[in-house]
Formats: sequence, C-alpha cells, structure tokens
Amino acid sequence: MNFLPLWRYQNQLIDGAIVTLELTVVAALFGILIGVAGAVALNGRIAPLRWLVRGYIELFRNTPSLIQIFIVFFVLPTFGLKLPAFEAACVALSLYFGAYSVEIIRSGLDSIPRSQVEAGQCLGLSGWQVFRHIVLPPALRNAYPAVTSQFVLLLLGTSLASQVAADELFHVAGFIESRTYRSFEVYAVICAVYFAMAMAFKALFALVGAAAFRWPRRR
Amino acid sequence: MALVEIRDIHKKFGRVDVLKGVSLDVEEGEIVTIIGRSGSGKSTLLRCINALETVDAGEIRVEGERVHARMRDLKQFRQRVGIVFQAFNLFPHLKVERNITLAPLLTGRTDKTKARALAEDVLASVGLADKIDAWPEQLSGGQQQRVAIARCLAMAPHLMLFDEVTSALDPELVGEVLKVMEAMARQGMTMILVTHEMGFARNVADRIVFMHQGRVWEQGPPAKLFANPETPELASFIASAK
Repeated sequence: MNFLPLWRYQNQLIDGAIVTLELTVVAALFGILIGVAGAVALNGRIAPLRWLVRGYIELFRNTPSLIQIFIVFFVLPTFGLKLPAFEAACVALSLYFGAYSVEIIRSGLDSIPRSQVEAGQCLGLSGWQVFRHIVLPPALRNAYPAVTSQFVLLLLGTSLASQVAADELFHVAGFIESRTYRSFEVYAVICAVYFAMAMAFKALFALVGAAAFRWPRRR
Repeated sequence: MALVEIRDIHKKFGRVDVLKGVSLDVEEGEIVTIIGRSGSGKSTLLRCINALETVDAGEIRVEGERVHARMRDLKQFRQRVGIVFQAFNLFPHLKVERNITLAPLLTGRTDKTKARALAEDVLASVGLADKIDAWPEQLSGGQQQRVAIARCLAMAPHLMLFDEVTSALDPELVGEVLKVMEAMARQGMTMILVTHEMGFARNVADRIVFMHQGRVWEQGPPAKLFANPETPELASFIASAK
C-alpha cells in the first residue's frame, strides 16, 4: 500500500471534488424548484397537470438514473439539443432529484392540518399569506430531514456523471488509476473524500435546521 | 336590524342534511348559546356564519352584508368576525406575540412599532401578559385557548364565534377560559357560542338556542328554557347533560 504516487494528482482530485459539489448543488437547487412547483401542481385543481406530474415522478423514480443521464447526453442531440457532459448531468440529476423532491415536499405540505389553514383564513389572511406564513414553515420543517437525506444520496449519485466523462471526482479517480495502477489507494482516497463531504453536509444541515426551525416540537 | 340574520339556511354534506332550514337573529351585544347533541348541526352553523362552509340555500347577513354572496370581500369580512376553535389552532412555529400580531400586521391593522403593545394589551385582557415571548407548545391547554381568544381580539372583531372552546381542555382548565369569555360578555361583545358547558350557558347567555336534527328546535332565555322546556327532546337533552 503506497499513497505517495497519488500526491502529484492532488490538484485533479480537488478539482474533481469541486465539480462534484457544483453538480450536487446545482442539481439540488433546480430539483427543489421542480419539487415545490410539482408539489403545488399535485395539490392543485388542474387534472391534466396532476397527471403530467404524476407521470414524471413515476418515470424518473422507476428507471435507472444512469440511463436518464445517457438519454440527456446521447439521445437529446438527435433532437437537436446537444449539451456538454456537465450540463447534461445537471439536467438529468435535477430531474431525478426533482422527482423525489415533489413527493417529499408534498408530504410536508400535506402534514399541515387543515385547521391551521382555516385559522389563518379566519383571521382575514389571503391564500398566499396563509401559505407563506402558516403552512410553509412547518411544512419545510417536516420535509427537511427527507430532503437532506436525498441531498446526500444525490451527492453520492453524481459519480454516475463519470459515464458521460463529466470531470467529477469519480471520473478523475478513473483517470488517476489508469496512470498509477494504484486501484486500492485511489478508490480508498475518493471514498474518504465522498464520506467527508457527506458528513460535512450532514453537520451543516443539522446546524441550519437547528437555526431555522427553533420552535418546540408538539408533545 | 340584527347584527346577524340567518334565513332558512340549508347545508348538506353528501347525502346528509346537516342544516334543514335554520333561521336565527342575533342582536348587537347579545350572547347566544347554541346547545344540542353531537351531529345536530351546531358547529356547521357557526362555520357557515364565518363562510368556512358554503350554504346550499338560504342566506346569512352580518351587519347587513350577505356573507356568501360577497366572496371577494371575504378577507375584510373575516377580520370583523373572530372565531375560536375547540383545538386552539395556534401557529406552533410562531411565539405568542407573533401569533397575535401576524394578522394585524399583514392586514394593515397595525404597524411594527405598535404591534408589541397591541399584543401586550390583548394578552393582559386574557390574563397572560407574562407569556408574550412563550412558544405555544410551552403553554397549557387553557393558556393556549386564551391566547387564541387574544389573537381574535387583536383584530377588534364585531362578533365572536366560539366552537366548543372548552371541550378539549382538562376540567381544571375550563374555568380560566370561561372567565375570559364572561369578561368579554360583560364588555358587550356580541357572541355566539356552541358549548356543552350548561352552567356557563345558564349564567352568561342572553338566549339559549337548542338545535336538534339540523333545526332550531327551541329557543328562549336560559331560565325559562332550562326550567320549562317545551319539547321532550330538549327536556331529555337537559336531563342527560346534568
């Protein structure tokens, strides 16, 4: 076991980790936007929109995310939409994360009792005011643990983007291994990097959650 | 003109007729207590007055305005009609002060500089001035219900509706809520209450309305109604409530 030959590739490893983080954060942000919009549509009154969102959720939750990335990267160009590897992975992972986020956010919204909405309405608040000030904060708290778990799964899942040659951490690891033939050392190092990033995000989410959701839980 | 005029309202949930032609007037400053067995339509009637439920037929007027025909003005209407629920319905993520000031601030009834003073005022009126910085979850059931009342009072309503507000409370906490309601009654607030507290109904109400099978079955002053019920249904209800 010798880790020294990897030392000269430290910059590539750091760059790969940064690309992994960028991929995760971008996909998570778009995925959450899709999640909120989809949750509102699922709870809405327009039936065709509900069917569309339901179809999207089932499609992306019941097919391999590697195939989703391949379709965006290899198939869309035949329809005139050619995306570079990083952007293609972002689109596919956003849609994948969004499909899970819709259900998570919807379950958060559904967890708020109807009586809370009525109490807000009875005070003369508008529908938007009730949603923004009464429904959303506790709904976010209820959805928060599941969203953050899904975020960590997304972080780990970005390694699939290596298959379309996006320069993320796993792809960089493959490159270093092909140059050094140090398989164990290379994968031990990137395993540790993924682990460290996941634990760091968990700690960050715990801090953010404690600061954002300070009210006591119901007994 | 009565403050609340209810004319022949009907309400169905699916195939179940819950209200079958209810008519009732409530004068300004009057305290009307609605009693009756579970399923007699009492709570539905209150919810119809505040437009939380639509009506299938008939009309309700509050201060002369048709409630269900003016849905565009519903927000303004609800600012004048407070309702307190059995389950308190405080917002758990907001401290007591914010629970009280949220609606006055968002509807423009007060501004940030006066909001805390408003919360202090209404909390003092329900005996909870020292709880202004508490979370709802840190309060007892009775205290939460008094905060819910204070939250309504902050909107300076013209009419208060109370829907079985003591039913979810432990017996030792009922008294503190009833005292607050008695104080409001003494100050001339127009109140419609659904309650199972017969002692309170007898002592505080100007008029008792007994509902049975979705209709106003019998009504009158408490002393007369409790002493000499005219219908066997009310007699049986009073006997069972003792």
